[in-house]
Amino acid sequence: METSQPRRILVAIKRVVDYNVRIRVKPDGTGVMLDGVKLSINPFDQIAVEEALRIKERGRADEVVIATVAPADAQATLRNALAMGAQRALHVVTDGAHLEPLGVARVLLKLVEKEKPFLVILGKQAIDDDNNQTGQMLAALWDRPQATFASKIELTDSAARVTREVDAGLETLEVDLPAVVTTDLRLNEPRFVKLPEIMKAKSKPLETIALASLGVPPDVRVKVTKTEPPAGRQRGIMVKDTAALFAELQKRGLV
Amino acid sequence: MSQVLVVAEHAGNKLNASTAKTVKAATTLAGAEVVVAVFTPGGSPVAAQAAQLTGVTRVLEVTHASNEHQLAATLAPQVAEVGKSFTHLFAPSTTFGKDLMPRVAALLDAPQISDVMSIESETRFRRPIYAGNAITTVEVAAGTKIVATIRTASFEAAAGGGNAKVETVASNATLPSHSRFVSLAAASADRPDLQSASKVISGGRALASADAFKIIYGLADKLGAAVGASRAAVDAGYAPNDMQVGQTGKIIAPELYIAIGISGAIQHLTGIKDARTIVAINKDSEAPIFEVADIGIVGDLFTIVPELEKLIDASKR
Repeated sequence: METSQPRRILVAIKRVVDYNVRIRVKPDGTGVMLDGVKLSINPFDQIAVEEALRIKERGRADEVVIATVAPADAQATLRNALAMGAQRALHVVTDGAHLEPLGVARVLLKLVEKEKPFLVILGKQAIDDDNNQTGQMLAALWDRPQATFASKIELTDSAARVTREVDAGLETLEVDLPAVVTTDLRLNEPRFVKLPEIMKAKSKPLETIALASLGVPPDVRVKVTKTEPPAGRQRGIMVKDTAALFAELQKRGLV
Repeated sequence: MSQVLVVAEHAGNKLNASTAKTVKAATTLAGAEVVVAVFTPGGSPVAAQAAQLTGVTRVLEVTHASNEHQLAATLAPQVAEVGKSFTHLFAPSTTFGKDLMPRVAALLDAPQISDVMSIESETRFRRPIYAGNAITTVEVAAGTKIVATIRTASFEAAAGGGNAKVETVASNATLPSHSRFVSLAAASADRPDLQSASKVISGGRALASADAFKIIYGLADKLGAAVGASRAAVDAGYAPNDMQVGQTGKIIAPELYIAIGISGAIQHLTGIKDARTIVAINKDSEAPIFEVADIGIVGDLFTIVPELEKLIDASKR
């Protein structure tokens, strides 16, 4: 007899430098200054959490599980997602090991095999490394459909109809479940977390898993050898009135 | 010597301009053999179009019934199969390439380098992180197969006039049926797409209402420009979220960007700093937007914009 499995959504999140922080490159070119900088959940991942919660609230899922692959001190980010309303969290603790997107996708595949979700939702990209790779890689390794850059998700029992923000407009795909969906900005506006939820989240189950126990070796193939500030923009000219503005635009062939 | 496979982006019977830019990027690898792979259902002119791009050694057209729609799930196994014998696999860093290439990289167990802005050598590349607020140089060991997406704003289009050989292969591979195309609603045809427009006019919080925001559309239509908005304007409900320009919205690089009533928060500036010319119209002379603007004017936007429209109209006569 088949045992009935809870309908579960796995949401993968990443802790990043808050989007309001003006990042600074270290003078010696070895990276970006991260000491004392405010860290938050990646905005696209926050949208992923929100969407999973809404699907559960519509009765299409029984449980929302949050996962992150991060150092031990990233637990607060998971608690924050729990405070939004997720039921439990998985923290794959990296402890200094660096993983590239393909490595993270391999770790997430292990979690997928353990949790058997019908849907995995994650942000289309993290706003630190801007790679935009992990979701697609997970879908490939899992040999399941992907619907990236989602602005709308409609579920039936066996499929998802996903509207995607593509350069040509809005593309709609139908994908069989289970599937991987990555979120774009327009999908939803995440809820604000209220204080009682933050208190409640402290007692929600949070499982820590040592990266080494999953058998995914850290594999650094792309080495960052230098980090530089971008070529700065020069302050330009000020014009005194609209006529002067128009003349300047004409001179530069812009109107 | 490098063998570069460029995955062509196309819309059925027309090669996308991003393909020519990706070819151009591939040709910056010294001595590289550049092969363009075109995946079609057959009977498409795009392979012939790719063959005309200067620098292309050969065009490989793979025909398969499922290629009528360019879905990552069905394209990736085909690209990975063809890509086995190449050192580098490139696609444009458009939504097409961003969707497809990580899936290919995973199938090939290759690392991907996203948004390549310059190619220093076969193993060394430059790419932006933090929405372009830092530029990294990344390196892989010699002999590493590389999958990359190419930032189209960083490369010119390869010129036409070439005459590469086209080889057509009919594929009978069994491809997954778990992903199906339903529809494509093209972006509004009366106004250019924000992401790829050469001119963009954006409005900020100073517009003060959704109704007043219409003045931005008016000016944009006179200039044939796309319309954007700051996060503040979006949050205030003056403009829809898909028009948001900035780190959490769209990162754009138009020839002309006019910021109207936008103070210039960090996250907005991040989205526009690759614009060729930035014009700022703001009543606050201290607004941070003026620090990055090429042309600035201090004044009331509700006076300046109508004046500017009149001057544009007069110049068209």
